[in-house]
Amino acid sequence: MELLVNGSKRSSKASPETSLLSVLRDEFDLTGTKYGCGEGQCGACTVLLDGKAVRSCRTPINTLQGKSITTIEGLEVKGKLHPVQEAYLKVDVFQCGYCASGMVMSTVALLNQNPKPTESQIIDFMNGNICRCGTYPRIVTAIKEAASKA
Amino acid sequence: MKPQESVTAFVTHETEEPIATTGSIISRRKFFKWLGSGLAVAFVWQDTTVLASPENATSVNKKNPTDQIGAWLHIAEDNTITVFTGKVEVGQNIRTSLAQVVAEELMVPVAAIQMVMGDTDQVPYDAGTFGSRSTPAMGSQLRKAAIAAREAILEMASQEHKINKNNLKLADGKILLPTGNKKLSYGEIVKGKQLVQIIPDNAAATPVNQWKISGTSVPKVNGRDFINGRHKYVSDMKLLGMLYGKILRPPAFGASLKAVDLTGAKNIKGVTVVHEGDFVGVAAPDLPTANQAIAAIKAQWKTSAQPARAEIFTYLKEKASGVQTGGRNGGGAKGDLKQGLAAADKTLQNTYTVDYIAHVPMEPRAALAQWENGKLTVWTGTQRPFGVQNDLAEAFKIPEEQVRVIMPDTGSAYGGKHTGEAALEAAKLAKVAQKPVKLTWTRAEEFTWAYFRPAGVIEVNAGVKNDGTITAWDFHNYNSGGAGIRMPYEVANQQIAYHPSDSPLNQGSYRGLASVANIFALEAQMNDLAQLANLDPLAFRLQNLQEPRLRAVFQKAAEAFGWGKNKPPKDHGYGIAGGTEKGGYTATCAEVAVDRNSGEVKVIRTTTAFECGAIINPEHLDNQILGAIVQGLGGALFEAIDFQDGKILNPTLAQYRVPRFKDTPIIQIIQVNRPDLPSAGAGEAPIVAIAPAIRNAIVDATGVKLKTLPLVPQGLAAHLKKASIQNK
Ligand code: FES
Ligand code: FES
Repeated sequence: MELLVNGSKRSSKASPETSLLSVLRDEFDLTGTKYGCGEGQCGACTVLLDGKAVRSCRTPINTLQGKSITTIEGLEVKGKLHPVQEAYLKVDVFQCGYCASGMVMSTVALLNQNPKPTESQIIDFMNGNICRCGTYPRIVTAIKEAASKA
Repeated sequence: MKPQESVTAFVTHETEEPIATTGSIISRRKFFKWLGSGLAVAFVWQDTTVLASPENATSVNKKNPTDQIGAWLHIAEDNTITVFTGKVEVGQNIRTSLAQVVAEELMVPVAAIQMVMGDTDQVPYDAGTFGSRSTPAMGSQLRKAAIAAREAILEMASQEHKINKNNLKLADGKILLPTGNKKLSYGEIVKGKQLVQIIPDNAAATPVNQWKISGTSVPKVNGRDFINGRHKYVSDMKLLGMLYGKILRPPAFGASLKAVDLTGAKNIKGVTVVHEGDFVGVAAPDLPTANQAIAAIKAQWKTSAQPARAEIFTYLKEKASGVQTGGRNGGGAKGDLKQGLAAADKTLQNTYTVDYIAHVPMEPRAALAQWENGKLTVWTGTQRPFGVQNDLAEAFKIPEEQVRVIMPDTGSAYGGKHTGEAALEAAKLAKVAQKPVKLTWTRAEEFTWAYFRPAGVIEVNAGVKNDGTITAWDFHNYNSGGAGIRMPYEVANQQIAYHPSDSPLNQGSYRGLASVANIFALEAQMNDLAQLANLDPLAFRLQNLQEPRLRAVFQKAAEAFGWGKNKPPKDHGYGIAGGTEKGGYTATCAEVAVDRNSGEVKVIRTTTAFECGAIINPEHLDNQILGAIVQGLGGALFEAIDFQDGKILNPTLAQYRVPRFKDTPIIQIIQVNRPDLPSAGAGEAPIVAIAPAIRNAIVDATGVKLKTLPLVPQGLAAHLKKASIQNK
């Protein structure tokens, strides 16, 4: 089936109930989107569907006809980072970085719908993303930084 | 992916040849040749800065004696400085801090340094990345190597240009010749030669007060690759023709295979099935096929009765045998315990219990294995690449030189990735399939088939005088381990022992090891002893504490928290705890709020003062302390592995709760810098005080004296009810 990923049409040979996560990673080589749990609990696999955050591990590809999918690889344009990525880099948020793609994508989705979130709105929105290294306060700082630039 | 974006590198073969250097022929040096055919390795994306994969191999022979500079450091003609270390990056940002140390001594920017880490073919042997040893041991080794390199470069320049060494100056990675304004780069002087000079042991390091790069917050060196998704974790790697592996897991721990019918799996096109003893696994062209093949296998297992979580503490106590004495973690005895107890005005006897918990690294175990002409290469996330190399050599009965283990920067470990289970499994499959095989564990596999932080039972009996003198300390840990078991407070009569037991679950290392358990019990007991003596918990500690570094962090944390300044608001409580582990000194104050109706406990804020000698990277130190506190919160409040009949009952993130944004309090961190002391690691020690500080704050808020870790997996409601009945 045809998928619209980062502005390009891609065709997948996978069966319709296959998760978007495995199509992205195994078929399209877009491995920036991570597997953390496969149960919708950690947010490592977060991508944007028409600008909204979804857990790609729980999203079968047969629901995606005509929708625009954005992955972490689609944020950077011609070597220029997305402002959210810039903010994360500036704050030097991460330790192991495994949660990073999901955090960045969730942040982009948050700021899409609410460009100036309060701290508690940030925490509410991001609560579905786990950083086991515990960088949460640094992530909040980065989100505020990104929002201040928006 | 657009094809022009891909960078494809092929390794064909290596040649080895002797290289002549100043006056001597040194051992062979490897060259990798880059050609467009005869592929062995082809990653679609090439990591721009991480050199854990062979495409970028710069080349030293790791059999270079490790007393020579060349084993650790290589300077290429283009001035690239490559550093070789067996330490690995799991999020502690050691790639950055080790680069800082070398950059400092070589007087070059950090960006000039490439770190080759955890690749057994390229780096000197290293026992592993654990025990907070990377900064003190590897940091000082690389510092010495860099100083020796600097001196060697000066010497070479002096000989070549016939100028007295003392007239040469070093700045910005260049040597200034006194004649004219001529500058020579390191590359021009070294000319790509191997530095065979011996590293002196007593080289004069740059004094801390002259540090320009160390001691500053250099950002994560390859940070950009993590926020744009380009970094290749093992689970992201691909080789051409690679198959996906999947293992048939037994229904319970210790199960053995009675009978198995593999026909269903074998009939699926492209599937390789491997069956050796109790090991059954498949390799298939894609993951759905591998899963389908596993599902098609019919297996009968023999299982045996095993203890459940409900009875674990009785079990561990019963199965305990002997005492481990001596050594840093072995406890010991002094004085006369009986007399000490008799001399006390009050005694306090308690039993504390600590559950098994899981590390839950966000990247589950993964390995990519490839056999070529009898040589096995495995990319895997392990804290012990050389240990895994050894395990694989033994498993396949081949010499160690025939096994190469490479560890790209990995999705964390926290002491939970000392082993190479996935590496062995992938290698077994790849050998039979005769193709590279990648195996990524699922979250449930990671929860079940990795290993756990040990459960434990701790019995303490202590005596205190009304004036606050501790007269007796009798402390016994069953099964957790001996780390942090030492009594930091002054007690004339004490007996301390760790009693190993027989753990029904696979247990192993964890951030801070047993010190989390031991210091929890110790500092909970100290809190309640202070109450018995009617003393403020901080004053009571300081009265009995001489260790100046621990005193200092207690005082700093208390001051920043405002300890003793005001009474907590209604249903809030303040707690304090501290301890020392692995050369780090930590003290934490916590404020909790208890909802008396729902029983919910919320940690409002914590203040931690931490000292680990001279600080190399303040920002990354801050991040390590923060990480330890947040991880410590989980084990303190709600994390526990549930099990029965050899099965893990909560192997999902929906069932096993880890700290999230909403669980995170306001975290205040005070770094105590001691430039006069050697730098120690920081990944572990700051975790030890968080649980007892919270526990003691709950006592302050409610009077409920919890004695279990986790403290409140079900909240405090039942405890509050019990307490109110007792009070009636
Ligand atoms: S992998 Fe999708 S939420 Fe965890
Ligand atoms: S930085 Fe390791 S999981 Fe977030």
